[in-house]
Amino acid sequence: MLTADDKKLIQAIWDKVQGHQEDFGAEALQRMFTTYPPTKTYFPHFDLHHGSAQIKAHGKKVVGALIEAVNHIDDMAGALSKLSDLHAQKLRVDPVNFKLLGQCFLVVVAIHHPSVLTPEVHASLDKFLCAVGNVLTAKYR
Amino acid sequence: MTLTQAEKAAVVTIWAKVATQADAIGAESLERLFSSYPQTKTYFPHFDLSQGSVQLRGHGSKVMNAIGEAVKHVDDIRAALAKLSELHAYILRVDPVNFKLLSHCILCSVAARYPSDFTPEVHAAWDKFLSSISSVLTEKYR
Repeated sequence: MLTADDKKLIQAIWDKVQGHQEDFGAEALQRMFTTYPPTKTYFPHFDLHHGSAQIKAHGKKVVGALIEAVNHIDDMAGALSKLSDLHAQKLRVDPVNFKLLGQCFLVVVAIHHPSVLTPEVHASLDKFLCAVGNVLTAKYR
Repeated sequence: MTLTQAEKAAVVTIWAKVATQADAIGAESLERLFSSYPQTKTYFPHFDLSQGSVQLRGHGSKVMNAIGEAVKHVDDIRAALAKLSELHAYILRVDPVNFKLLSHCILCSVAARYPSDFTPEVHAAWDKFLSSISSVLTEKYR
């Protein structure tokens, strides 16, 4: 569970992410597809080449949802309720994959803002990403 | 992850039967855990892990009692297991993966003893229930 300190840390560094919705999202996805090829199976309808427009658009969507979550960090379940339904009823992405994407997102933040990702921020961000993953898989059964 | 009314009912009904053999099921589940997943033994260097050992039976009972508590307070597992949650977070620090393994072994033991009761629906309800307990026991880790 996110403590008050976790929330403060995340909100403090979040402006570094705000302006980079599309590129951070696209890069996280690209890394995930490269490092964890089984994740590609969810995107048979996508052009998965580097720089693909579909990846950029999807990356923007994903980080957009993270931004929503941060903006409603006290009620993520409420804010992401529709997305949660979507994942439960249609997408049905295996829960393992949320950890993988979360991990890749952390790597992207680490690469672009190394000084920001202190051990404390890293821990809070990881907790936050896990929490988002939990919300999105909460209605699976 | 919340249990539906039907799921809670399934948990409570099966528990009535399991409770009559709780100690044996607890010990058996741990035995299964240690044989199938030897790495879990690292948390018990101080135990005699041979079959039928007093410590194994004692610990199995402890685990099943906690599950019994959770059944009794199925609407607020978090409150019922708050102390156990802290114990696991600050002292035991069992890696979360292992809860899945033990839950699986408990399910196997219950299924083996009550095959006709262990329908797919009951299986799903119990799996969700044990997952909820595991979440509560690991939620204070960080």
